[in-house]
Amino acid sequence: MPAAQANRKTGRATGLGLALLGAALFALVLLSMTTGARPIPLDMVWSALMSADPSSAEYRIIWDLRLPRTVVGVLAGAALGLAGAVLQGATRNPLADPSILGINAGAALFVVVGVSAFGITQLNLYVWLAFAGAGLAMLVVYAVASLGREGATPIKLALAGAAMTAIMQAVINAILLTSPRTLDEVRFWQVGSLAGRSMDIAIQVGPFILVGAVLALASARLLDGLSMGDDIARSLGQRIGLSRALAGLAAVILAGSAVAAAGPIAFVGLTVPHVARAITGPGYRWILPYSMLMAPILLLGADVIGRVIAPPGEVQVGIVTAFTGAPFFIALVRRRKLAAL
Amino acid sequence: MSAIDASSIAAIRRRRDNKSRRVTLALVAALLAASIAALILGDFPVPPEEILRSLLSPFTGLTNRGVDFIVLQVRVPRLFLALLSGAAFGLSGIIFQTLLRNPLASPDIIGIAHGASAAAVFSIVVLGWTGLATSLCAFAGALLTAFTIYLLAWRNGVTAYRVVLIGIGAAAMLSAAISYLFTRARLVDVQQAMAWLVGSLNAARPGDSIVLAAMLLVTLPLLLVLVRGLDGLELGDDTARALGISLEPTRLGLMLTGVALAAFATAAVGPVGFVAFVSGPIARRLMGGAGRGIAQSALVGALVMLVSDLLAQHALPDMQLPAGVVTGGFGAVFLLWLLVVSGRSGRVN
Repeated sequence: MPAAQANRKTGRATGLGLALLGAALFALVLLSMTTGARPIPLDMVWSALMSADPSSAEYRIIWDLRLPRTVVGVLAGAALGLAGAVLQGATRNPLADPSILGINAGAALFVVVGVSAFGITQLNLYVWLAFAGAGLAMLVVYAVASLGREGATPIKLALAGAAMTAIMQAVINAILLTSPRTLDEVRFWQVGSLAGRSMDIAIQVGPFILVGAVLALASARLLDGLSMGDDIARSLGQRIGLSRALAGLAAVILAGSAVAAAGPIAFVGLTVPHVARAITGPGYRWILPYSMLMAPILLLGADVIGRVIAPPGEVQVGIVTAFTGAPFFIALVRRRKLAAL
Repeated sequence: MSAIDASSIAAIRRRRDNKSRRVTLALVAALLAASIAALILGDFPVPPEEILRSLLSPFTGLTNRGVDFIVLQVRVPRLFLALLSGAAFGLSGIIFQTLLRNPLASPDIIGIAHGASAAAVFSIVVLGWTGLATSLCAFAGALLTAFTIYLLAWRNGVTAYRVVLIGIGAAAMLSAAISYLFTRARLVDVQQAMAWLVGSLNAARPGDSIVLAAMLLVTLPLLLVLVRGLDGLELGDDTARALGISLEPTRLGLMLTGVALAAFATAAVGPVGFVAFVSGPIARRLMGGAGRGIAQSALVGALVMLVSDLLAQHALPDMQLPAGVVTGGFGAVFLLWLLVVSGRSGRVN
């Protein structure tokens, strides 16, 4: 059967692409370990990782700065890529992403309230605030969208998410306008950054991201069903309400962890799935793993650039991702006819 | 014996027209009530008969200096600015949402408002400009961004999907630029820029209303002509092309009007959050499939703006919030309520 043969061939090419992405990510991890205000050659990175000599400067830099930063970058990137792909699939809207569906705004709201009302300024506590805010926001969005006769349709999810974002943004603005101290603290958090993250943060969000990733990858078939439209999916025997709830759960765990670890980074989750879709075609079986590998490549690559671009300072990763990723994304949109959702 | 005859079609059409008329009338009535409240309420309440006298004083000659100042110089300009800017936001929102066939694709999400904001923040933080100069920068920023997005999306014509995707790419870059300026600037400048970004009617000048009114007078007749082309656009790019309908002139015309409306309104009051985004879906849900709700979206925009400004001024006894803080909340609560109560979501948008 020639059709099946061609299918297998493209499948093999897509698999090869995935392996290449994995290799690229590995290379970037190495680059991220060596690059910074004080470059450290690879063999010294290796010996610092292996030896237990806390007195050397390299040891401190590697263990306290570079390694946590790299791990958080990979984790947050993978989470953002997967969350974006899952949300776009579940709502069938190319604009759906954690920042439009209220997840980032919920996290930001909790952080802002934490800073202004309770004077919290430690990054480690921001993690839990952001996570709680993201989860609560998504819960409310989903609850509002599923009220009414026809349940949580994609259109109602998208509108409810954007409306909740508007409400929470209004509260955030009111607090930031009236409390300069909070504005001063939060303006650095809300850019999105990997700097200053300790290993504790990676250990706190790691398990959540693992669970979320498994859940997201497992929902590929459900998303493929949903992508045909609710009516067709239902007539094929899929329980669309349950599918959407599962996908939503995966997305909120992932996006919540990402915003907790690195702050609200808007661009990655929105655009990486479109790039993945342009390469793999419409099946979520491939879109999800591609997004999971491409997003940390973008995030970590941007972080490495941000470390060296403006010495002696750094540029936050949220800014560099937008400025390196957006031109690439726009060029891609112009060059190819992207598959519509 | 056909199931659908001419008389039943006429009945359906009549019911539709009735519904659309009822919604419009209700919105106008609500606007009138809110306008009267806006004139009466304040630190110095003016009774209705005094307002009437004051409004007519240029003709009757019955003046009262203090009251006339408050009514004619403070409250009326503010009221007009709220109504006109709200209507402009509402119109530009539904134009883009209909044009791009996505309820999320309002100018404050696909980059146009970001362009205005980035230019304004740049002028405040880097150039140290304020007031009118900042407004002009915002205006130029919005136009430049829209033009760039259109140009980048052009490739043997423009498709809705490409405009949306390139718009979000541009929005990401522009908001990153704003964040960068925020982290590098002095806190005082950041605060000032933040206040502009939220948007408010506190600095209402009579001139702003005149510019906006002129703008609406020019665009409304244009819109009436262009809206007819929407039937073709709503079929989707592929279907329309297959049927031989040329979308480009209509699309370009509608985009130009939408961008101009958003740019003028933003220059006058700042990028007031989410008025453009909520007005369209609210109008659509109120209409319940009885029309596109373009005029109704303008009315909803004006209502959201006016009521938000009233709430912002009077909700907290000891402080005045900028209107932009409330619009997001008020408009969004209204939309959420409609999402919950309206049984059928109807069409895609």
